[in-house]
Amino acid sequence: MVEKSKLYMEQYKTKQDPNDYGLADDKWSFQRFTEQMKIVVVKLNHLEMEFDLIGVHPAIANAFRRLMLSEVPSMAIEKVYIYNNTSIIQDEVLAHRLGLIPLKADARLFDFVQDDATDEGNENNTLEFELKAKCVKRNVKDSSNFDHIYKNHKIHSGQIKWKPKGKQATLYKEEDVGVIHSDILISQMRPGHEFDLKLFAVKGVGKDHAKFSPVATAFYRLLPEITLNRKYHGKEAFLLQKCFSPGVIGIDDNDCAYVKDSRYDTCSRNVYRYPHLAEGVTLSRIRDHFIFNIESVGAMAPQIIFVEAVKVLKKKCRTLLEELNA
Amino acid sequence: MGGIAELAGDENNGEGCRTFVITDEGHTLGNALKSIICRYPEVDFCGYTIPHPVENKMHFRIQSNGRAVDILKRGLEDLEELCDHTIQVFNNEVQSFSVRA
Repeated sequence: MVEKSKLYMEQYKTKQDPNDYGLADDKWSFQRFTEQMKIVVVKLNHLEMEFDLIGVHPAIANAFRRLMLSEVPSMAIEKVYIYNNTSIIQDEVLAHRLGLIPLKADARLFDFVQDDATDEGNENNTLEFELKAKCVKRNVKDSSNFDHIYKNHKIHSGQIKWKPKGKQATLYKEEDVGVIHSDILISQMRPGHEFDLKLFAVKGVGKDHAKFSPVATAFYRLLPEITLNRKYHGKEAFLLQKCFSPGVIGIDDNDCAYVKDSRYDTCSRNVYRYPHLAEGVTLSRIRDHFIFNIESVGAMAPQIIFVEAVKVLKKKCRTLLEELNA
Repeated sequence: MGGIAELAGDENNGEGCRTFVITDEGHTLGNALKSIICRYPEVDFCGYTIPHPVENKMHFRIQSNGRAVDILKRGLEDLEELCDHTIQVFNNEVQSFSVRA
């Protein structure tokens, strides 16, 4: 087996493997790529995912990450008609806050709004919502609790009502397209303050505005590898254990330290604080082993976001090829 | 509106050298494509730049002893193939993970 190419983490700098001339030097072969590329899912639920992408060039891994952040479409509130706003929050600030509320709607079912379209849009590209609320005083005595004396003094995202357009009412339910979290505080009000708003949500991409990004975060890191080149025993072993994240260094029955699981090490390099420990430790990372973490905002499952990102890259290639062949 | 054009200046240098101007693309496609094309044996140089951050343009340069356009096409085809393969491997793995879990 070929030795994996590594990146060594010295005290203040990184050093490339002396035998590593960089991943760019080998010739491209799709055959080789299919043999080397591996994907291993480590964790998967409806919001979060962790998987290993092994044997790819960093440029490819980074392209996938960038695509998930800024080019996979999602739906967000884009236009707000303010018929009445007598609260103390300014119109433009309010509109911005509303825009950031995550929506459950699946962007794959909608079209992009064309440049010449009206704000109202149509059933295929726009979701319409309404937020009407007025704060009033309740007839309560001997209380200083705002929840008791005022009605509607806190406006939450759950008060946003969906207004189906055209056939939308037969296609979707409110929980499929509405707000994901109903407990986001939009504004506080006092008696006499009022909202009368109409909201239009459209499909967009993260490079236009971060509210359109389908992921909360999407990042990767390289797999850490820790090698102990000498024996660490007793007190030294426990000190060594404390230099790394919990669970990374284990202590066996003979009080000797061993590397239990280097995967979740933060690579803090704390071990360099103790020169007598550091001389026997090699910290490195595998240069083509990417640990991807995807955290979805909630509209799309993380595994779907990744596939959509790869599809976007494929589509970019396809459109350019079609133009070149035309 | 994506689009591809050629930068003037390479008319007398044969077919092997071209700078393509790709509109509405950036580092995402540029770097991924560059990483593949610069690994072709007949390519002497391949690089990309975004000349100005407010212009949605990417300059993609190929110097080779083949035809630059053909090499660009092959690069795009290889990248597309890579995407297909990645999707397939990923979907298989997600499926087998849900069976395992």
